[in-house]
Parts: sequence; C-alpha cells; structure tokens
Amino acid sequence: MRNTFTIAGKELQGYFVQPVAYVVLTVFLLLGGWFFFAMLRQFDEMVQLIQMMGQADQLKEMNLNTRVIDPLLHDLSIVLVIVMPALTMRVFAEEKRTGTYELLLTAPVRTGEIVAGKFLAAASFTLIMVALAWIFPLILMIFGDPEVGVMFAGYLGLALLALSFVAVGLFTSSLTQNQIVAAISSFGMLILLYVISWPAEAGGGMVSSVLSYLSLPEHFSTMTRGVIDTTDIVFFLSVIVLALFLTQRSVESARWR
Amino acid sequence: MIEVKNLTKSYGNFVAVKGISFKAERGQILGFLGPNGAGKTTTMRIITGFMPATSGTVEIDGLDIFTNSLEARRRIGYLPETPPLYSDMRVESYLRFVAKLRGVKRSAVDGAVDHVVTVCGLTEMANRICGQLSKGYRQRVGVAQALIHDPPVLVLDEPTIGLDPRQIHEIRELIRGLSGERTIVLSTHILPEVSQICDKVVIINDGRVVLEEKITEIPAGTSLEEVFLHAIAREGHVEGASPEETLEEVGAGHSGQQTPPENQ
Ligand SMILES: Nc1ncnc2c1ncn2[C@@H]1O[C@H](COP(=O)(O)OP(=O)(O)OP(=O)(O)O)[C@@H](O)[C@H]1O
Ligand SMILES: [Mg+2]
Repeated sequence: MRNTFTIAGKELQGYFVQPVAYVVLTVFLLLGGWFFFAMLRQFDEMVQLIQMMGQADQLKEMNLNTRVIDPLLHDLSIVLVIVMPALTMRVFAEEKRTGTYELLLTAPVRTGEIVAGKFLAAASFTLIMVALAWIFPLILMIFGDPEVGVMFAGYLGLALLALSFVAVGLFTSSLTQNQIVAAISSFGMLILLYVISWPAEAGGGMVSSVLSYLSLPEHFSTMTRGVIDTTDIVFFLSVIVLALFLTQRSVESARWR
Repeated sequence: MIEVKNLTKSYGNFVAVKGISFKAERGQILGFLGPNGAGKTTTMRIITGFMPATSGTVEIDGLDIFTNSLEARRRIGYLPETPPLYSDMRVESYLRFVAKLRGVKRSAVDGAVDHVVTVCGLTEMANRICGQLSKGYRQRVGVAQALIHDPPVLVLDEPTIGLDPRQIHEIRELIRGLSGERTIVLSTHILPEVSQICDKVVIINDGRVVLEEKITEIPAGTSLEEVFLHAIAREGHVEGASPEETLEEVGAGHSGQQTPPENQ
C-alpha cells in the first residue's frame, strides 16, 4: 500500500511538470467552452423563435438539461476519446525507453502496486479535469435553473468514462516502449468501444444485445439523461478492472520465463 | 553472497549468455569483465531480477531471484548500465523517491538522502533537474540511488564510466570502503580499476566464463590486461580449457620478461 502511494505521489507530481498534461487539460476545457457557447446560442435562438411564434406550451419543453448539458457531455466525451490517449501514452512506454523501468522492476515492489500507483495518479489528474468542467453547469446555475441531480448523474458518467479511458490507456502503454504506438492503439480501442454497437442496430438476438451491452455511449447516455443505474456503473467498473488486470499481467509478463 | 549457476539467456534465436556460473562471497568485490557484447549487462539484469533467465539460477544471500524475487530484490542495490533517472525530477526528490521505493523507513529517508548526496559529491546538484545534469553527474546520481538503502548486495554496471579522474578515484574509494560485510559485483572496462579494488575477477567472452580467479592468485608480474587479452583470445577451445591454464600460459609467456607498467 505504501509503495502504491509512493509511486502515485511521484507520478502525480510528474503530471504537473509536464506540458502534455497541461495541453490535454487546456484543450479539454477550451473545446468544452466552445461547445458550451455554441449550445447556449442555439438554445437562445430557439427560445426566441418559439417566443416570436407565441407558443407558450413549447416553451416549457425547452430545457437546459436536455438541450445544453446532455449534448455538451457527449461532445466532451468525444474530446476525451482524443486527448486521454495522449495523457496516458507515456506512463509505461517512457519508462521502458529511458531505462527507469529497470529501477521500478528491480525495486522490492509488486507489479500490482506499480499499476495501482500509476492508475491512482492518472485517475486523480483526470478527475481534477472533469471537476474543472463543472464550470459549465455552474454558469447555467447562475443564469438559469437546470436540474442539478441530472447534471450530477451526467458528470458521474463522464468521470467513469474518463477513468475507463485511463485504464485502457495504461494497458496499451504497458505493451510498448513507443509512446506513439501506445497512443494510437489506445485511441483505436476507445473508438472501437464507441462504435461497437453499430452492427447491433441491423441484426437482432444475442449478438446484438451483447454488442450493445459493450458499447460505451449506450451506458453513458443513460447517465447523461439523469439515470444512475447500477448496471451502467458496474459496466464502467468492469472495464476499469479488466483493463488494469491486463496491465498488471502485461507488466508481470516481463518476469515470466 | 551472489551465486550464479548455469545461467543462459536467449533473445529470440540469439543466445547472449551460454551457461555462466560464478560466485561472489560476502565481503568480496567481484570485477566482472568481458569485451563489448559479451553478456555482462544481460547477466546483471538477470541477477537483479529485471529479466528472467532462460535457464539456470541466481541466489542472493541464499534467496532465489526467480522464486523468491521480492525478498531477494530487497537486498540488492543496482546501478543499471543507463542511470535510471526521471528527467523531470530534481535530484533530491528523485533520491527521496528511490529511498521510499527501496523500503527505507519514513523517518530514515532524510538521513539516507543526505548521506548519499554527500558521499557521491552531489551537494551542489541536489536541487538541479535530473534531465539537465551532465553525464558524469547523472552517473553519480545513479550510484547514489544504488546505495541509498544501504543494501547488503550491490550490482554496479560500469559505475565509473563518464566520471572525471578525481571522482573516479572517490567512487573507487567509496566502493572499496563499502565492501566489509557486503557483496559487490561491478562490471568495468578499466582493468587497473579491477586490480585496485576487486578481490576476484570473472572474465566472460561471448556468453561464457573464460576466467574466474582471485586477484591474489594472478601470478606476480602478469598484468591483468595480458590475462584479459589471453582469456578472450582462447575463444573456440574454451570449453575444454580451465581458467588455470590461461593463467599458466600467460605466466609462462612472460617469465623473465619485464612486466609492462600498469597504467593508471
Ligand atoms: N534486448 C535485446 N534483444 C536482443 N539482443 C540483445 C538485447 N540486449 C542485449 N542483446 C545482445 O546480447 C549480447 C550481450 O549484450 P550485453 O549488453 O549483455 O553486453 P555487455 O557485455 O554488457 O556489453 P558492453 O560492454 O558493450 O556493455 C549482445 O550481443 C547484444 O547485442
Ligand atoms: Mg553492458
């Protein structure tokens, strides 16, 4: 346990001195801000249009949660697909390339502790990032009246989604000493988890229900609509645990004969 | 104590280490020599548990590095061929990190860091960023991290490479002073270094041991350089030849001749 925290502490400090982490954070928030602005403009235009036409009943249906926050969260999730691989690509690959891996693997530390420490650090940075994106709901709460519970569920979904991306990113980084290879393979895996349900829409039966169960957006959408369901949480946690398990196996495999 | 038995290591089809055995006793400093590509670094990586052997065993103070890895690793201080520095960390926080990772008690971390910073001549560099250090200083930080937990077994892969003459002298003195109760294996290409500080020499060539001998048993009047060149020249009929023969031959070839002075 102590080793895990030692590694996590050192890694987390690393995120704050490295440009990559700041670039990821900045891109995430700036793009988020742009989407938010675009969504608000649209919302505003529609409200004015409806008012001009004098349809009061339709005006009631205009809702900040479904018209602004829900699409914003979906856009942010796409930004995460693109930037998270950049955040996690170096975690193992860089150590292999520079030779510090030799220090890590010859220290009296279990591979599980190494993986846990590195995940803890990357997860903390990611959660800080998602927390900073609360700026958008806060702005809405000052000027409007969105439902906080729904937004909370949505952001919980975004956090779980981001943590799954971190775990997948650690796994691909543990497979190579080349950061670009790590980033592109994790990018590929995340996209696959995004589109995996596409064939499901055509077919039916077992295959299609399995495929749609595996689909990230499927579970994420439920949460952005404000529903916190254990199946979705269990799904995200399983992705995280599975990816971390594979990472541990991959690091440990350096010790196999 | 380090005991290596019949170690082999293949990288795919390429066999880098072909059945190496040797033993370093407690209190001994063993010089591990061999030409480039002989398999020194590979052997040391196996000894320290970084990579597994294809076959054969390594025991650290009686603990098998493969089956009892964690306990065995606890006893080792290791300087890899490339000093394992995190380029964006400061020297002091790096050493602090290694100390904790190596299991130094929380209360003892400061003391351990101060100690290695002093003995490795890093006082002025303690606040510098590792990635900006000169090669020699990176090497010193590498030595410092290997010593930080005061390990009973030290494995040093070319510890004095890249150091200035004064620092080479200091690090050699340091290593010599460390021996006492410890077991030290160091690889080097500087032969006088071995004559100066080692108790025993093991020479490997092309993945095989060609000589294992106490320094005191090398005949007077024979330089280590001659022994080395002779040992590695015997490649091909190594299998049948015993290390003693090598020494005899070298000794015989030079009886009556003046020994070339060992250059410092
Ligand atoms: N990861 C690897 N994959 C394939 N071959 C390797 C690998 N590492 C080392 N080798 C090969 O194994 C042999 C032994 O290498 P090693 O680094 O152990 O030599 P060395 O004795 O330390 O040499 P030097 O004096 O140059 O440091 C070399 O032929 C090298 O090319
Ligand atoms: Mg080497």
